[in-house]
Amino acid sequence: MAEPFDIAVLGAGPAGANAALEASRLGCRVVMIDEQSHAGGQVWRAKSAAVLSAPETPETSAGNQLRKAVSQSAIAHLGDARVWQIEQVPEGWSLQILVGGRSETIIAKALVLATGAREFVQPIPGWTLPGVIGLAGATSLMKQALMPPGHRTVVSGSGPLVFFVASEIRRLGGTVAAVVTPNSRMDWIGALPSMCRRPDLMWRGMVWMADLMLARVPIFWRHAVSDVRGEDAVSSVQISKLGPDWTPLRTVKTVTSDSVCLGNGLIPALEAAQLAGLEITHAPELGGWVPKVAKDGSTNLRGVFMCGDGVGIRGASAAEIHGKLAGLSAAEFTGKQVGLQKNRLYARYAAASSFGLAMTALSVPRPGLEKLATPQTIMCRCESLSRDQLLHEIEAGAASTNAVKSGLRAGMGPCGGKFCQTAIARLVASTKGLEEGAVPPHTARPPLRPVPVSALAGDFAYSDLPIPKPAPL
Amino acid sequence: MIRLVPNQSDSIQRAPLVDFTFNGRIISGHMGEAVFTALTRAGVLHLRDAPADGAPRGAFCCMGLCQECVVEIAGNSVESCRQPLSEGLAVLSVTRGKHG
Repeated sequence: MAEPFDIAVLGAGPAGANAALEASRLGCRVVMIDEQSHAGGQVWRAKSAAVLSAPETPETSAGNQLRKAVSQSAIAHLGDARVWQIEQVPEGWSLQILVGGRSETIIAKALVLATGAREFVQPIPGWTLPGVIGLAGATSLMKQALMPPGHRTVVSGSGPLVFFVASEIRRLGGTVAAVVTPNSRMDWIGALPSMCRRPDLMWRGMVWMADLMLARVPIFWRHAVSDVRGEDAVSSVQISKLGPDWTPLRTVKTVTSDSVCLGNGLIPALEAAQLAGLEITHAPELGGWVPKVAKDGSTNLRGVFMCGDGVGIRGASAAEIHGKLAGLSAAEFTGKQVGLQKNRLYARYAAASSFGLAMTALSVPRPGLEKLATPQTIMCRCESLSRDQLLHEIEAGAASTNAVKSGLRAGMGPCGGKFCQTAIARLVASTKGLEEGAVPPHTARPPLRPVPVSALAGDFAYSDLPIPKPAPL
Repeated sequence: MIRLVPNQSDSIQRAPLVDFTFNGRIISGHMGEAVFTALTRAGVLHLRDAPADGAPRGAFCCMGLCQECVVEIAGNSVESCRQPLSEGLAVLSVTRGKHG
């Protein structure tokens, strides 16, 4: 095996790539591992090879700048690679990585987890129909393929993402049938003071909204998509008015569309942190469950650092700065002189966080939203389990996400619980009369991503297998 | 009508079109794009059936997490959102019972 790296960084988004760049600049041997071929993460995702040229956007220029910095650095960038197991070893930390169809081991003295976020989608009737994609999923689709999700799309969800997605659909030649958001105009006005700290981003948001209004795209404030209908794919959606806590009140309109984007805020991607052994706490203002991480990215696990949206949804600008902080902290751990470099970043981190946290506050679902799920609504997509089935299991005694998982396999399917555990935890909490903070996500288990058995078995000949002689009779 | 967000779809240059098949049907897509984006453009959204109830499913998270867009290529289950398209690729849907 090759000599261990000083630092292994998981994730090449704004946080991970900046952590890797800082540590590499200070002379650390850094490996940066990411699922995508190119750095940028989800927020600055690179265009696919099939797009030869396209107009620049703020996201593409930020991403290109980052990719250039990475390619000019000494970082060993391992793209198209997926970490599926994390273990502590005497030399530091050992990672099992799936790359090129094979499983490989990487060892590093320190680990920087920059695993970012995934999105929460509130289960509603019909959300499993083809043509329904996540709101963040839509950004991923449009950033890589520069195409809209369909011909006529209903864009539904909380926070700023709903307006960004609607605007991108129009830029890429699609039609927005309606924008539906549980937020009210007053929610947005309440966020203005924090938004003033980033006038550039506030201006962009106002252009998105004004463009939709000029185009006479209906915007349903304090509404949600309550039902998606269709046979083999989406054909129409129903829109319902919501109460102040986002409880659905009554259906107000049916809109025809061939595609729907649904999303209710981002949640920190925790599995890697849980697997490494970091303690987690519930912080709704940060997007849900988060690991215990200091503002300089250090944790109470020796040699483990964490940064970016994975420690709380603060957005890309904050993630860049937090990545630098975690990179410096990890470099310091491996023996590099960092001096006062971290101190200069704290004020900038706080300012960037303030904008991001205001956006998170708009996005986090209020308690009534879960009532969009009817008894027959599928909650666990992998195992096609309905709310009713889960409810029976909970009422029969399953008082935790782990118990529901053991009883029904909810969270044991191919997605590993990434798209059901938040909704299931809320269902356990509301059924048992508990606070959400009393129902943690289920225990993280390897593999973090699906691993083909062939990758674990590797190449072997049957004749090489040692077969012991049969025991004498 | 005044547009503050211009339609830029005509100023995007794409790689040449190549043919591939989905369950035997010939479909065109741009070389190197994700298989699922080529299928979406062709209006093919129903990619597989859920193993438990046979209900139609298609791409959902678009970033390699949810496994809803899994298709079969050369005998392997792959995420069509992470699989680049090449000429003549034979893509099959994973149907009920086959992998359940």
